[in-house]
Amino acid sequence: MKNAIDREIPDEVKGRKLRPFQGNDGYLPEDRFIPATRMRAHSSSFVRQKKKVLSSLKEALVKVGLKDGMTLSFHHHFRGGDNLMNHAFEIIQKMGVKDLTVNASSVQPVHSPLIPLMESKVITNIEGGANGAPGEAISRGKLDGLLTVRSHGGRARAIDSGDSHIDIAIIGAPTADFMGNLNGTNGRYACGPLGYAWPDARMADNVIAVTNELVSFPNYPVSIPMTLVDWVVHTDVPIGDPKGIVSGTTRITKDPMRLKIASTVIDVLDSAGIIKEGLTFQSGAGGISLASSYFLMEEMLKKKIKGSWAMGGSTAALVDMLDRGLFDYLLDVQAFDVTAVNSLRNNPRHIEIGASCYASPFNAACAVNLLDTIVLGATEVDLNFNANTVTESDGRILHGIGGHQDTSSGAELSILAFPLIRGRVSVVVDNVTTVVTPGESIDVVVTERGVAVNPSSKHFDEITNNKRLNIKSMEELKNEALKLTGPRKPIRFKDNIVGVIENRDGTVLDVIYELAD
Amino acid sequence: MTDRLRRTRLYVPGNNPSMVQNASVFGADSIILDLEDSIPVSEKDAARILVRNALQFLDFSNTEVTVRVNDSSTPFLGDDLFEIIPAKPDAIIIPKVESLKELKKLDIQVTIIEKENDMEVGSIKFMPIIETAIGVVNIEEIASGPRVTVISPGGEDLTADLGIERTKEGAELSYIQSRMVVAAAAAKIQIIDTVFVDVNDIDGLIQSTKKAISMGFHGKSCIHPIQIKPIHEAFLPSPEKIAQAKKIVEAYEKATRDGTGAITVDGRMIDVPVVIRSQRLLERARAGGVDV
Repeated sequence: MKNAIDREIPDEVKGRKLRPFQGNDGYLPEDRFIPATRMRAHSSSFVRQKKKVLSSLKEALVKVGLKDGMTLSFHHHFRGGDNLMNHAFEIIQKMGVKDLTVNASSVQPVHSPLIPLMESKVITNIEGGANGAPGEAISRGKLDGLLTVRSHGGRARAIDSGDSHIDIAIIGAPTADFMGNLNGTNGRYACGPLGYAWPDARMADNVIAVTNELVSFPNYPVSIPMTLVDWVVHTDVPIGDPKGIVSGTTRITKDPMRLKIASTVIDVLDSAGIIKEGLTFQSGAGGISLASSYFLMEEMLKKKIKGSWAMGGSTAALVDMLDRGLFDYLLDVQAFDVTAVNSLRNNPRHIEIGASCYASPFNAACAVNLLDTIVLGATEVDLNFNANTVTESDGRILHGIGGHQDTSSGAELSILAFPLIRGRVSVVVDNVTTVVTPGESIDVVVTERGVAVNPSSKHFDEITNNKRLNIKSMEELKNEALKLTGPRKPIRFKDNIVGVIENRDGTVLDVIYELAD
Repeated sequence: MTDRLRRTRLYVPGNNPSMVQNASVFGADSIILDLEDSIPVSEKDAARILVRNALQFLDFSNTEVTVRVNDSSTPFLGDDLFEIIPAKPDAIIIPKVESLKELKKLDIQVTIIEKENDMEVGSIKFMPIIETAIGVVNIEEIASGPRVTVISPGGEDLTADLGIERTKEGAELSYIQSRMVVAAAAAKIQIIDTVFVDVNDIDGLIQSTKKAISMGFHGKSCIHPIQIKPIHEAFLPSPEKIAQAKKIVEAYEKATRDGTGAITVDGRMIDVPVVIRSQRLLERARAGGVDV
């Protein structure tokens, strides 16, 4: 049947029933429910004798009873420097276990060694998101089951609600103590918060922490507490590569196009009355987003305005704003650079939060709902403002969702900002290849060639009345790009559905088909 | 053409497809697709073809599009004119101009190409850059030369020719700038200031632009899009000046409607040049996004 944004969604795919998207806030659970979680218990003498600490991940996997068909979860706080997921599957493959589901907050290009395991059906389903080569392999039909793509908030919701049941959470920890208190801001592999793993730690049947640095008790400050951790694996096998975990200080782009777009973003925010005392906003580490943060900082200083809080993925730019007193607090679910990690460790006003608190739609409150604004990117946006972040213009799955759906849905003013032409194709199209964020969540599209405002945005009049902005319709932006790029070659797909795009509430926005070419 | 707004004139290397394609999006009033200093000798041909095709096929919207050709001492100028003129830029920027004779010779060459291509003779304007002491000495005749609508000093080459060091403050160019402003005003053409080379020094750029405005320049050349916004802001008149200009223009329009001769605003007599200056000031304010 067709969902609320006119996408054809099958009732069932590969044995899984799909609930079509019904609009933002169109679906709420009927009542409170209490998902089953397993009690954890070790005897006091067992823990005192440090028997919770094991020397190999294999030993832990045997102890928790890894078997065919289970779901294993991982976080992506080590980003491009993650060695743990590859190490875990080297062991699992040798154990002869098959038909596993990987529930990861993100599968990254560094996890390409998992591709042969998809082909040999060791891994048959992936939940979360898939970037780079693993995503492309799924587009080419190498995963037997399905890729379920979820936003960060959607993943937290799915885990918290029991929609996604985790048998074993494998949590990489830069430091851990023998009781199982985990911390992300200290040690060689410091990555900042461990917030994406908080739902996993709370809800998984079994929690295995893996660390290279066992520190004395208590491992303070505690990110994930010992009460949730069943086993601590202290291994010499490096769980990460510091170079890939955090970058040096992220620097503002020098690309004049991106700077121009970022500068226009500030003009849009100003028009909409967003730059005001008590402002709250979130910024990412992408070129335009980061430049927007810097320009916002300049504008706030100029206007002598102080915000109340900002939210990460944190960067040196956000930390700078916090340190200058432009915000009282920085809420943080992940850190992108060394400055941000150091700030989280040292500044009590830099606060670690978990993925549910950050963005899950089905709890008593989440932070994204209080955002005044968010600046996001997209691989494609269509005339109805529907955005794609997952598939590229050639149909390949190359990215995840991140917090795109969550922040755009929650923020007062959601902005998509991007160069109109990307890799010689127009970003604005008639229909996006894959709907990832529904157009109703997006207020404004900012490009170097003009600004389009969603007619359904409550800020439409304020923004379109600003004569300094080059206001255009999406149709005009599309035509302008087409004049330069010419029409795009249509993408050919097979009938096999390889992926499902869930809205943050668990309903289905779109499905992804296997590529024919 | 002569009177159009030219607060900013952005140099864009003619051999960079992406930069050429996006040249008009940064909001500069005018762009210069460069075939001269930013292009290595080995890429002169490729740049010429790219710029020609860009002129023919890209939509630069309301931006004035000009091309800086190579100077007459090089073997490239003939080919530049032959390829570029038929593609109809608004003007060509001619570097290192030293005499009226040079411009007259160029006028003949361009006229021939215009005729061969069924173009209106004189449609392509000249914008000479003065980069030598001889050019400064001959500035009055150059400013009144054929097709000339804008003149500019070339700061780097001028200081090199004079054997002096270029500074951020630019005091060493003050005499030349003043002399050129007078020559431009006498010839009733515009004058655009030289570039401010330190792209990281926005405060210095603003100071340099304000100085140029106070001397009588109509615009400033830029080498990076990041310089456009600060220059436009420097060109934005103060709210008090905008209000005063509005009063003057409105009084003038009322007097014209009523058929009254003399105009007074706040007890002061206003003559036509003041009205024209006020109209231009309001145009600058509108271009800067002020609702007037």
